[in-house]
Amino acid sequence: MVTSEHSVASKDVPSPGAGPLTPLTHRVVRRVQETSDVATLFLEPLVGDRLVFRPGQFNMLSAFGVGEVAISVSSAPGEGGPLRHTVRDVGAVSHALVRCEVGDVIGVRGPFGTDWQVTSDVEGGTSDTRDVVVVAGGIGLAPLRGALYEFVAAARGGGRVFILVGGRNPDQIIFHDDLAAWERDGATVMLSVDQSTPQWRGRVGLVTTMLGDAGFDPRNSRALLCGPEIMMRFTARALVDMGVDPAAILVSLERNMQCGIGWCGHCQLGPLIICRDGPVVPYGGVVERLLAERER
Amino acid sequence: MTTSVRELLAAHEFLRGLGDEVLETVVGCAHNVAFEPGELLCVEGASADTFYLLRRGRVSLEVHAPGRGPVVIETVEPGSVVGWSWLVPPYRWTIDARAIDRVGAVAIDGACLREKAERDPAFGYALLTRVSTHLLARLQATRVRALDLYGAGHGH
Repeated sequence: MVTSEHSVASKDVPSPGAGPLTPLTHRVVRRVQETSDVATLFLEPLVGDRLVFRPGQFNMLSAFGVGEVAISVSSAPGEGGPLRHTVRDVGAVSHALVRCEVGDVIGVRGPFGTDWQVTSDVEGGTSDTRDVVVVAGGIGLAPLRGALYEFVAAARGGGRVFILVGGRNPDQIIFHDDLAAWERDGATVMLSVDQSTPQWRGRVGLVTTMLGDAGFDPRNSRALLCGPEIMMRFTARALVDMGVDPAAILVSLERNMQCGIGWCGHCQLGPLIICRDGPVVPYGGVVERLLAERER
Repeated sequence: MTTSVRELLAAHEFLRGLGDEVLETVVGCAHNVAFEPGELLCVEGASADTFYLLRRGRVSLEVHAPGRGPVVIETVEPGSVVGWSWLVPPYRWTIDARAIDRVGAVAIDGACLREKAERDPAFGYALLTRVSTHLLARLQATRVRALDLYGAGHGH
């Protein structure tokens, strides 16, 4: 949130290309309250063009006077329009961001990190022959939204997309309109919650329990996972047990990103600097071992 | 053409790969059933003499909580099993199971199956191994859910 005393006057606006450590000021042009503690901010730069990004990358968002936090981009390059970030209120900075209103100004640095590798798959034509399995837990659907937008669009020419979403309860599932649109466009959409409500007629249970019923071909699938790390660990193991190649599973890791460019080392995980080598990494190999490793 | 109970059992995930001999043994204890939405398959505290291999429709497993009514703990989908209490004394349901949709299932007489398992240890071992596999998967899912994965702290 940017209050009036923190607002940036136009003469203070850094110019685009000022460097990766300089936030570019963006104005909140629209705000959607997704759940009680999650909001999507639609951002336009005060100066210059919109940022160019790939699905899965993140930006460092500044609530001026409060701090900076890493948030994945939740828009898709192909849909145009303002840059979207979906933020959950879990700390001081995210609290300030979630409380932003239309007209407020925040800082944006980025985009940083690796992506879901949508472009190579779609352009390479392999999406026609491989099932795409997307498993999201909670707000983990936000970093996947851009990839889903591209995958579902590409699948209109063939190919299958399976979207499995888990949430704490029905009220915490985000992007209902997108999920409905993707289902209309041919994707298989399955939802499951941990805690039911009297109105909920859908599944109640762990997100992994949907894998066996989804109907994808494990030996001809790639999988994208995003959510709490334990959820990703169990989901990845279940997928491998079903026959999915560990190298075909991508996970999005979350650590304490600060500089965004691999300088400060705050987000180190074993041999990986997550802001640079991640957030999206292949599950097979080093990440499979790291996710199972006990922290000391 | 009506599908026989044997064919329904052979196609069900729970018995897949167990072989014809096991299948024939189970067929003698099984019959086809259907439930309308809202109908109860099991009632907490009642005698657990049957269990169900779900073929179609969704079933909710519920606990009745004072002041809250029925609380859905979990849902069970086609290909899975409703009811384990037939297997161990005192053979009494510990939970309600309610059809959410129109449900089709194969009902299996638990006492009949227990008797056959006691007479034929090889059959009993195969059956218990399969039951344990399903129970372990459900237990593991329940353990992970107990962590409240999506609670406070998960940001992205």
